[in-house]
Parts: sequence; C-alpha cells; structure tokens
Amino acid sequence: MPPRSDGPEELSITGDDDVVRVRQLVRTYAQQTKLSLVDQTKLVTAASELARNTLIYGGGGFARVEEVNDGRRAGVRASFHDEGPGIPDLTLALADGWSSGSGLGLGLSGARRLVDQFDLDTEVGRGTVVTVVKWKR
Amino acid sequence: MTSDAGHAPRLIELLRTNTESLIDKWVDAVAVLLRGRSTKAELESDFKEFFAVLLPLVGTDGRDTSRPEFAEIRSLLEEYSRNRVRSGFTPSETASSLFSLKREVFGLTEGDEDPELFRQVLEFSSLLDALGLLTFEFYARAREEIIREQSEQLLELTTPVVKIWEGVLAVPLVGTLDSARTQVVMEKLLEMLVETGSEHAIIDITGVFAVDTQVAQHLLKTVVAARLMGAECIVSGIRPQIAQTIVALGIEFGDIVTKASLADALRHALRRDGVDVVRREVV
Repeated sequence: MPPRSDGPEELSITGDDDVVRVRQLVRTYAQQTKLSLVDQTKLVTAASELARNTLIYGGGGFARVEEVNDGRRAGVRASFHDEGPGIPDLTLALADGWSSGSGLGLGLSGARRLVDQFDLDTEVGRGTVVTVVKWKR
Repeated sequence: MTSDAGHAPRLIELLRTNTESLIDKWVDAVAVLLRGRSTKAELESDFKEFFAVLLPLVGTDGRDTSRPEFAEIRSLLEEYSRNRVRSGFTPSETASSLFSLKREVFGLTEGDEDPELFRQVLEFSSLLDALGLLTFEFYARAREEIIREQSEQLLELTTPVVKIWEGVLAVPLVGTLDSARTQVVMEKLLEMLVETGSEHAIIDITGVFAVDTQVAQHLLKTVVAARLMGAECIVSGIRPQIAQTIVALGIEFGDIVTKASLADALRHALRRDGVDVVRREVV
C-alpha cells in the first residue's frame, strides 16, 4: 500500500479481513507521520481492538484514518463508526476485564491506554463512534 | 414478425443441415486462435457436444440464462471454463472460442437476403454473447476457487512446527494471528507434542507485527491446552514495542515463561531438562 497524504481515508469493516486491512492502513499512516516504532505499534494495536469491536459488537461499520496537525505536532487520528446497539453502561465497558462477549475484556480499556486522545460517543440503539489520536513525540 | 418471436425455423434448419461443415470451420478458427495449445480433436469433441446442446436454444434470446432450459449449457460452459483456467488460458481466449462461431454462422447466411433470417441471426448472435459472458463468470469463479484453495494451503505452510532439540518443539509465527490460523497452529502443535513426546514447546512471535487482546487470548489458550497435555510452553520473540503494548493493554501472561529471543527460550528449555550448553576449551 503506497503512503498517502491526501485527506482522510475510509474503509468499511464487515469481516475479519477488514480488521487486517484497517490495521495496515493505520500502520501506513503511522509510518508516514513518522511515529516512533513503539507508538506505531501502540496505535496499530489500539486500531485493531477498536476495529474488532466495531465488527463484533457494532455489527460492522467503517473506519476513517487521517493525518492531523494541531500546529505544534503531527499525529494520526482514527475513528471507528458503527450503527449497532450502543453501549448502555460506559463505566462497565471501560472497566478492565469486563466483556459482554467472549474476549479478555481489555480491548476498549486497553485501547484507551494505548493512545493520547480517546473519545467515545455512544447512544443506545443508535450506534457508537470511537475516535483516537496518537501524537508524534 | 412477432408471431415468430422465440422461434427461428430457417436458421435452425440451416444450422442442422450444415452442422458438420460449421463445426469443422469453427474448430479450425479456434485452433488458430489458441495456437496449438488445444488439439483439433479435443476442440472437435467439445464443440460437437456444445453444438448439440446449443441447437435447441436457437431462437431464444440470452437475456435470462438462469432459466431451466439453459441448465445443460451452463454446466457444459462451466466445465469448459474450468478446464481453461487450469490449463492457463486467458478469459478472452475462453470467450473468443464461443464468439468464433458467430463468424462462421454469418458466413453461412451472408448471401441470403431474407430479412427474417437476418433477424434470427442477430438474435443468435446475442445469445452467443450472453453465453460468452457466462464463460467469463465461470472463469472468474474458478479462479476464485483456486485462490481460496491456495490461501488454505498457505495457511498450512506458514505455520510449521519444528523439532529443534530432543523434546523441544518450536513454532515460529509470522504475520497475522487470526482465529483460523491459531486453530491450525494449536492442532498441529498438540499433535506434534504427542508424536514426538516433547515436553517443551517454544512459540516464537518475532514475526507477529502486533499483539492485541485477540492474539494474546489465542496464545494463552494454546499454552493452556499444551499444559493440559503435560508440556510447558515458552513464548519468545517479544520485542520492546510489543512488550510495552502488552503492558499498556493490561494483558497478564501470568506464570507463562516469556523470553526475548528464541535462543534464550531454547537455553531455558534445555536447562529445565538438565542439559547445559558448555563451550569447549580451545587449546
């Protein structure tokens, strides 16, 4: 995949293969923004968790990845959109070790620790949007 | 003219009386096209069969090839396209074989000035077009099947379990660990443990780019399964960035032995077995 810098890129998430594709896309952006190897790995891992959540709990959706700049530093922003059932209890969902599925229950909470900025916008019955940003240090 | 729609008595008559010479010319034309990659005898038997099935369909348009009367020709074309894929023909070559028949039929009816016959030939031509498109479809489907088979084979190939010492197995993992692959890895590892009577298994993740909670969960399950069979697993190849990510994610590896490199893991396994690697003194 050639590095691209023209605006945000979107990928639909409808199957396991798409999780891999999202991961590769985020990795391309992270390399392009020249994040350190550790930060690249952290962001890619967080994207992997969130994309899988979109697929498994949100019933599919899409991811948007883009380069951002706040004037002082560059970064990569990735957002994950689904129109699934939403998250009824955020505190519980963000607690370590709790899962409504069969996972380890660390995906959402772990992803939050892996990135610099974490926004969660959810409404029961409407869907969930999770946006994360990793800044270049 | 409308009374004749769906029938083409004159054309059918022409095709029937000229079957032999038509097929001969058709075979010749396609043989030239394929430049000797198919023998004339093969083409002839294919085309004869094809022609026999095609004849009752003359007079119908090819607008809906999913109708039951097309079932026979569909299966014939499917097999034909499938063979073509396996023998390395391009989709154009496959479809052109059908289209070549058109020219021969045009040649046959060229001198005739009956407008009704012209209409029938035109309809026959669009029927052949539809059938040609079908070969494209079948061709693509056969290709996809081959690709799927290959990716399954690749799955088997990319997950080797190797014996690196008496009683020590190693599984070098590369790329993405999804559920399907972990299943293959786990099965192979457990089988090999029994087969070789090994007590140590080293799972090396140097080639895994990212360890997320799913990968970790798969790893943990594999380790527990191996443990149930009396073998100890060591996870090796944990690079610095992976270590930091695992810590941030909050994944607990518990009492599973982890090492930075495969060499460390091997040394650890050997030591457990009471084997010490000692450098011989060079005189």
